[in-house]
Amino acid sequence: MSVNYYLYLSALLFTIGAVGVLVRRNAIVVFMCIELMLNAVNLSLVTFARINGNLDGQIIAFFVMVVAAAEVVIGLAIIMSIFRARRSASVDDANLLKY
Amino acid sequence: MTGLEVLAAHGATTTHEAVVFWFLAPVAVAGALGLVLVRSAVHAAVLLAVVMLSLAAFYTTEAAPFLAVVQVVVYTGAVLMLFLFVLMLVGVDSTDSLVETLRGQRLAAVALGLGFAVLLVAAIAGAISGFHPKGVGGAEAGKGNVVAIAELLFSRYVFAFEATSALLITAGLGAMVLTHREPTTPRLTQKERMLERVARGGSGMAPLPGPGVYADHDAVDTPALLPDGSIAPTSVPEYLQVSAARPHVEDVERELEGP
Repeated sequence: MSVNYYLYLSALLFTIGAVGVLVRRNAIVVFMCIELMLNAVNLSLVTFARINGNLDGQIIAFFVMVVAAAEVVIGLAIIMSIFRARRSASVDDANLLKY
Repeated sequence: MTGLEVLAAHGATTTHEAVVFWFLAPVAVAGALGLVLVRSAVHAAVLLAVVMLSLAAFYTTEAAPFLAVVQVVVYTGAVLMLFLFVLMLVGVDSTDSLVETLRGQRLAAVALGLGFAVLLVAAIAGAISGFHPKGVGGAEAGKGNVVAIAELLFSRYVFAFEATSALLITAGLGAMVLTHREPTTPRLTQKERMLERVARGGSGMAPLPGPGVYADHDAVDTPALLPDGSIAPTSVPEYLQVSAARPHVEDVERELEGP
């Protein structure tokens, strides 16, 4: 097998995550799809590190994980405060800025 | 370092790696598809865990054991558990509604996704073909993955590393500020609640009747009978009444009315 298959898998997972963000209504599931996209990018970064023969790709994947952890904390806190204010975790109900 | 990782560190793919890939790649794709398709948010979280764990396996075959461990500990262990905690706070029964608010949005999203996937795969196939991956073995220089990553992290990337520490502190403070709630009304003490109950008067003065008193059996879902033979409605906790026990209250009512 070729290393390229990892990149194809990464592209596939990224696309599925993007479609999930577009399709799903529950804010938490939308957030999970974003995590899936970040994970897919990490896989391609690790593969690129292996292709190029240096460790920078792995380091960047590590930083992506750290930033994703911080992002999850803030994102879930925002979802919690929206849920408290509007009694709903659906992205359709957060429409106060619409008009 | 196992033999598999040594081979992967030299860049070439082995049969072992192919077996792991062709076994776990369909699992990962199926998990990702399930994440998009299932209605329950808890099932989605479990499927995301499946995807993340298979990605951790891919990291080990790609000579990144440190990232594989971080993937399991940070992503599957911490981030996903945080998701489940928030799901419990928001309510696990919060399933998606199947009503499409924008007409044709799902179809458009799927078409967009297919087009994007074709574009990405074609770009990858066109950009990199017919070359040999070098493998990270040369960069590690016999020191092992963790030591080599640490040397890079604390020399060339040390400012980025410091910046992430500031980011994590900011994120922690931000979460505390966002979820903190100032009470708008003073909290009632037990004494004040008791005074309010006495002021209300009526039947609320006495303690609530226990379930099953004078009834045919003393399970908590069996309502108590009052001296005149009627049902004491407050004897069954309201949480039980809305769930499975409610039919039982009706059974007793029917039994009382029957003869």
